[in-house]
Amino acid sequence: MEHQQHRLIFKHIDEPGYTNDIDCYLKHGGYEQLKKAVTMKPEDICADVLASGVRGRGGAGFPAGMKWKFLDRKSGKPIYLVCNADESEPGTFKDRQIMHQDPHQLIEGMMCSAFAIQAKLAFIYIRGEFFQGYKILERAIEEAREKNLLGEDILGSGYSCDIIVHRGAGAYICGEETGLIESLEGNRANPRIKPPYFPAALGLYQCPTIVNNVETLCDVKHVIDMGGKAFSEIGTPGNTGTRIWCVSGHVQKPGYYEFPCSAVTLGELIYDVCGGLKPGRKLKAVIPGGSSSKILRADERFTGKLKDGNEFDWGVEDIPMDFDSLAAVGSMSGSGGVIIMDDTTDMVEALANINYFYAHESCGQCTPCREGVPWMRKVTQRMVEGNAREEDADLLKNIADQIAGRTICAFGEAASWPVQSFIAKFKDEFVEKAREQAARRKDGKIAATATTLI
Amino acid sequence: MNIENIVENITINIDGQDVSVPKGINIIEAVKVAGKGKEVPHYCYHPKLSISGNCRMCMVEMGMPMRDRATGEAVLDENGVQKIGWMPKPTIGCATNAAPGMHILTSSETVKETRNGITEFLLINHPLDCPICDQAGECRLQEFSAEHGRGYSRFIEDKNVKPKRTRLGPRVTLDDERCILCSRCVRFSKEIVDDDVLGFVDRGTYSTLTCFPGKELENNYSLNTVDICPVGALTSTDFRFKMRVWFLKRTHSICTESSVGANTEIWSREGKIYRITPRRNDSVNDTWMTDSGRELFKAIEAGDRLVDYTIDGVRQTSSETAAAAAGLLKAGKVAIVGSAHSSVEEQFYCKAIADRSEAAISLVSHYGDADGVLQSEDRTPNLRGALVNRLIDQLPSAHLEGLASEIESGAVDTLFVVNEDVTKCGISPTLLSKVKVIYIGTHANDVSQRAAVVIPSLSVFEKNGSFINLSFRLQRFKAAIPGPHGVISDFMILEHIAEALADEKIPSGSIDAAWEFIAASISQFDDALSWRGIPEEGVELDPSAFIELPFVETKNLKFDPMAFKDAQAIPAGV
Repeated sequence: MEHQQHRLIFKHIDEPGYTNDIDCYLKHGGYEQLKKAVTMKPEDICADVLASGVRGRGGAGFPAGMKWKFLDRKSGKPIYLVCNADESEPGTFKDRQIMHQDPHQLIEGMMCSAFAIQAKLAFIYIRGEFFQGYKILERAIEEAREKNLLGEDILGSGYSCDIIVHRGAGAYICGEETGLIESLEGNRANPRIKPPYFPAALGLYQCPTIVNNVETLCDVKHVIDMGGKAFSEIGTPGNTGTRIWCVSGHVQKPGYYEFPCSAVTLGELIYDVCGGLKPGRKLKAVIPGGSSSKILRADERFTGKLKDGNEFDWGVEDIPMDFDSLAAVGSMSGSGGVIIMDDTTDMVEALANINYFYAHESCGQCTPCREGVPWMRKVTQRMVEGNAREEDADLLKNIADQIAGRTICAFGEAASWPVQSFIAKFKDEFVEKAREQAARRKDGKIAATATTLI
Repeated sequence: MNIENIVENITINIDGQDVSVPKGINIIEAVKVAGKGKEVPHYCYHPKLSISGNCRMCMVEMGMPMRDRATGEAVLDENGVQKIGWMPKPTIGCATNAAPGMHILTSSETVKETRNGITEFLLINHPLDCPICDQAGECRLQEFSAEHGRGYSRFIEDKNVKPKRTRLGPRVTLDDERCILCSRCVRFSKEIVDDDVLGFVDRGTYSTLTCFPGKELENNYSLNTVDICPVGALTSTDFRFKMRVWFLKRTHSICTESSVGANTEIWSREGKIYRITPRRNDSVNDTWMTDSGRELFKAIEAGDRLVDYTIDGVRQTSSETAAAAAGLLKAGKVAIVGSAHSSVEEQFYCKAIADRSEAAISLVSHYGDADGVLQSEDRTPNLRGALVNRLIDQLPSAHLEGLASEIESGAVDTLFVVNEDVTKCGISPTLLSKVKVIYIGTHANDVSQRAAVVIPSLSVFEKNGSFINLSFRLQRFKAAIPGPHGVISDFMILEHIAEALADEKIPSGSIDAAWEFIAASISQFDDALSWRGIPEEGVELDPSAFIELPFVETKNLKFDPMAFKDAQAIPAGV
């Protein structure tokens, strides 16, 4: 069965002949929403965004309108808007496409949002490795400024706001909103403690700040275009708008696919949209929302009750791809990075790979993450090097339990959820590996050290 | 969090017990206030520094009384008691401020397990070299590991390797492997001394404390980082590997470096001082002191220390020397050079000697540059004492021109000098030879060499006494170590001299006996005040008699001359 994509954000991505300059964007009806926005009342836009139900696309899925509502407007301090373009969750590759191919959509979305929250200044914090994206954005901003779409007195509305593009220096933690703010201020990207440093009250330079993902800000443009109510009708209640699923791993056609929330199930995404697995392979596991989300096992059954009270009984392939359903099965839609693993995958090595990443990226500020995550890495590294012990699986689980929920930022969870879920669902493989290696050692055979981790 | 400024109290519930705590204090302090032997263990939190919240050791369970979101009404359980909405995750006590009705669990299973986990994490890459670590015995990590740790290790991997002997500055050596990255030292340098030189380099488990390139931790407060380091990472280059802290006796004392009068603790063993550390006094020095103040004890072992009572260079007993001094004082016209380094008691007897020999008293000022923190302009600890004792009624100057001309004109026969090298302030050796000199002091100098009578004096570490600091706070110090053999307390020898001058004995068998007399004589002291009765944090005296004097001290960490003056203008109780 063919599933038609509903491309909203990615409408022009990969479209032949579509270029990332402003003329092409204007030709396709660009900046009409900004022109409309500056004639509206800012609080009406905020109300529209709240009504649209659009949820944050960066990972946590927090309603954007609600986030804006928390903004401390009484302090008299300037308000800042920050676009989080530090896309670095393994398995996610959507924001880069927007910035590379359709930068003006982001700029328009940002200016609409900035006007709505009456931001004094807007920032794009772009991942350091996205050098091309940085150059494209700088050029696009220049183009927009020439046409008075940002800068002083935008379109004669009396509202002024500029965008500053700031390049990160290459750290995953800079994607955490308070870490990003610290980095933007010029400090080490050590996330702040919350309370008291909630960005909506004490953010950038201790001023009220809104940090939104690239895709979320683009959604704002479309909310203004169609109105909050119409936007909320895409998808299902509570899961509105479209999502860009970045599918990678063992499928025939990996890539990015945009669908309304709940429009496809995980099975449809894998088999119909992405062309299924390679011939002769069987699905083993899926990481549905970037490497930090909990893994789903192919033969699991999920039963329970959804938020709206409906009961469900799903296999992995039946899970509708949206925020609440993936949360209901104990994982999350996260940043939309769907990683497919077939039966050739060694789960110990897969976890070792994930652990390597998180141990490398821990900022080192708070104890559990700084010490615990590298410990998990050392254990899984040792396991793939041929010195696994049977008790390692339980040890890993226990270390992860000691990290999750005790750290300053959500990195602690991000690093422990993979471990917790891998052990919970594939413990037999970890134990089996240990037994096999022990047998080899007993036979005097050299342990398998062929695997090298990147 | 400044506790003394908070007046309103609120009720919170700690482990099932309602306790009243000042509004707004954090949970660590609240549990401390509640007492009952409870403690929230912590590493990175320090009451005088900003909240960092990185060690995660102070995690507690927190809950608030439940209210219905829509109506705002209290949600009750079946017994009619308001339900508590417990947070799903433990929260850090240092960044959680007490709010009315808040419920806290400090030793639930979750909390215990959290502490256990944090302790394990802190130890996996820790070198565990307590047997050779200076911090052993006063190490928070060691204490909390014993209390909250699991007692065995599950860590079989290789530990991280980091630099072991990094010179951070002239007085501080860093062992990076022991560092738990609590950032107390970083925050101290930045916030208290405004000398931002420390920071972390590298990321994650490889994070390493270091000085900024081209900079050193060389400010005069660098050793405070050693004090606040909860582990043995920052060590005093001077003290390291010298002595186990549990062998050391602690004595409360006062820093004599300047008129701030920082509260200190002297760490000594068998008559030898090993180090000086600050003692918390929120009105004087918080928990800090200068590096220079910590080195003052080294002078007491100097080779030029006066240890013998001598008359014309010949060693005598203390009573013979006192008698000889009294004889000189009776023999002619006397002038006295007192000292703002002397204790209140010594100044009191000095004043008695002056009164009985009808002598004028001069003082010499010792002013230097202030650093705005804990080193004030006045480098004497007890100038206010001299005022209170009525040794002087005006502030002293750096030179003794008046005295010099009096000696020149022959108006002085005997000069009584207390611990002051008067040859450096206008009285030349030639002038000194015109008078008979009685010198009382700790170290030999040009005056003691020319003195007819030399009385050795004890240092602040060797005697009991009190000083009055720049905000007219009377503070007590105690003898930490014995003085040189045979040398008696200064106030006793001064009393012997004073007694001989008037045939009237002032009680002085002990400092307590002396104080009965002192308290009755000095109007600023409450009659019931005794030396032993001076509380640890000192006694605030009434400065109104001296408030108009042009004191030289400018604003520093805890003292603001303008605010101090203004506060006196407002009648008490308003």
